[in-house]
Amino acid sequence: MRLEELLKQETKPLLSIYFSAGFPQIDSLPVLLESLESAGADMVEIGIPYSDPISDGPTIQHSNSIALENGISLELIFQQLESSSTTIPKIMMGYFNSILQFGVEAFCERCSETGITGIILPDLPLEIYQKKYQKTFEKHQLSFILLITPETSEERIRLIDNHSTSFIYAVSSAGTTGTKKGIQGAKKYLQKIQSLNLKTPVMVGFNISRPEDFKFASKYTRGGIIGSAFIKHIENSNHLSQDTHQFIKYIKS
Amino acid sequence: MNKEKTSNHIDNEGFYGEFGGAFIPEMLHPNIEELKSSYINIIEAEEFQKEFKELLRNYVGRPTPIYHAKRLSEHYQTQIFLKREDLCHTGAHKINNALGQILLAQKLNKTRIIAETGAGQHGVATATACALMGMKCVVYMGAVDVERQAPNVARMKMLGAEVIPVESGSKTLKDATNEAIRDWITNPRDTHYIIGSVVGPHPYPDLVARLQSVISEEIMSQMPEEPSHIIACVGGGSNAIGAFYHFLDKEQVELIGVEAAGKGIHSNETAATLTLGNTGVLHASMTTLLQTKDGQVIEPHSISAGLDYPGIGPQHAHLHQNKRVKYVSATDDEAVKAAFLLTQKEGIIPALESAHAFAYLEQQKWKSTDRVLINLSGRGDKDLSTYTKYNPY
Ligand SMILES: Cc1ncc(COP(=O)(O)O)c(C=O)c1O
Repeated sequence: MRLEELLKQETKPLLSIYFSAGFPQIDSLPVLLESLESAGADMVEIGIPYSDPISDGPTIQHSNSIALENGISLELIFQQLESSSTTIPKIMMGYFNSILQFGVEAFCERCSETGITGIILPDLPLEIYQKKYQKTFEKHQLSFILLITPETSEERIRLIDNHSTSFIYAVSSAGTTGTKKGIQGAKKYLQKIQSLNLKTPVMVGFNISRPEDFKFASKYTRGGIIGSAFIKHIENSNHLSQDTHQFIKYIKS
Repeated sequence: MNKEKTSNHIDNEGFYGEFGGAFIPEMLHPNIEELKSSYINIIEAEEFQKEFKELLRNYVGRPTPIYHAKRLSEHYQTQIFLKREDLCHTGAHKINNALGQILLAQKLNKTRIIAETGAGQHGVATATACALMGMKCVVYMGAVDVERQAPNVARMKMLGAEVIPVESGSKTLKDATNEAIRDWITNPRDTHYIIGSVVGPHPYPDLVARLQSVISEEIMSQMPEEPSHIIACVGGGSNAIGAFYHFLDKEQVELIGVEAAGKGIHSNETAATLTLGNTGVLHASMTTLLQTKDGQVIEPHSISAGLDYPGIGPQHAHLHQNKRVKYVSATDDEAVKAAFLLTQKEGIIPALESAHAFAYLEQQKWKSTDRVLINLSGRGDKDLSTYTKYNPY
């Protein structure tokens, strides 16, 4: 299913799970896609491991370096995606340099061939994207997902809203991924977002690790994105499928 | 200033030709916008210039002298002059930038300062500026560098800075910079990040270049007869840009940047970015960097912690592309030999970084009429343990 359809069709809170490709094992990606789909996650964000992930905290830094040691590469990720018959909406998240070296056009082409419908590149700001890459992304019907933070001005949130095609990724607090516990401190910020009546649905990410965090995020927005907590949960897993089901059940409890 | 002239010119988004820009995560947008919209007005204001120049004169000890190195000149059968940045307070050119940026941070009402450091010279300079201004200071330093630059760690601590060893990646300058960026993302309101070189997102490369340009401004007035060559070592490239700045449009002056070749260009243990790298994004800037074909950043190697960096300032990438500056490299061995030679001939122990600039003297035939200016970016006290272990003779 395409991302836009999911966001339009479903009214229940949406749960998105982020994980690094190539982690914990080099070939974990297809297993994780299947398990997440059957366990009832609504979408997945596939992290492209990078040597210098500046907006990530220790957990994702670690999963990145394990995945790179395992020998993962963007080409291999695409091959693994080709072998997967899952239909869960898929987004890719990575750092711009990986895409630049792969070739932006080639990357977009491979994404649309392998069922990726959205891209998050935290270090490619809106302005540079518009000027240089928007045409290519649009040609391949890829949604470019933009971030907002508690520091983002209302004016800029509206600008980002105008340029968003699937959802806006609201970062729950100033900081890197997975470094704080809980998002209850973000209440005012989430209320503000809610009151802006944006045209684009909003999903909340960073520091969601427990059922109460997911519920809290869903109260104000379309849902929550979980990364570090899931990665920690499967770090030493010998039964990926089982552990994934257990995690999704817990978060939805 | 020189803004309109081609070599120092950046466009509105901070690009020097195809290099530069601000590839920042949205979390840093407000900080970078604030800096971008205010830095020129602040640093060119009369009040700022007055404070800055007074600190440079009475606190740093500027202008630093130009010394005619007669015995070294005789050795190479040419005329060699040294710009003595090693005589700056704290022992390197880094203090010029740290003081300029701390004044800027005060004007922006910031109360907490963070910095990354490789050799520790920028960390010491920042810790010094913070002690002087009574501001809180946190310095990120790769765990490997904490070990090989121990005297500077002790200095930073005595100056009241918190030094945080960084254990990720190669545990050197690149990783310290990542960690400083993460800190800034986490503390966007009260904190100013004093980057130590002409690297990072726009407007840092231009900001740091302007603050370091005092070096070439002084050279112009101190050398009535223009140098024929200016040689500087290049890590991120701040002492080199500082020394080149006002000469970039004087085509008759040959400008040479010396990178660290580590154990050799083909050894896989090197930091010769411009020789071996290609275009990519590092530390939020489009520049030249050492990377795999997948775009993973390659861990560099240099005996000198301050040159042990897989990228380079975007302006250097541009000056390399348009061939205004000639970029060469020197190995660990060549640098250490050059340091010993300078010490024996002139009684000056250079920083390991600066020693790379002197190593280039061996690589070219000089004319007796050449007037070769070397930017002696720092002194070697911090490197004594490396020098004694590594004595090549
Ligand atoms: C004495 C000295 N020279 C040069 C450098 C390299 O930095 P840059 O290339 O920015 O001048 C350093 C960095 O630590 C240094 O301490």
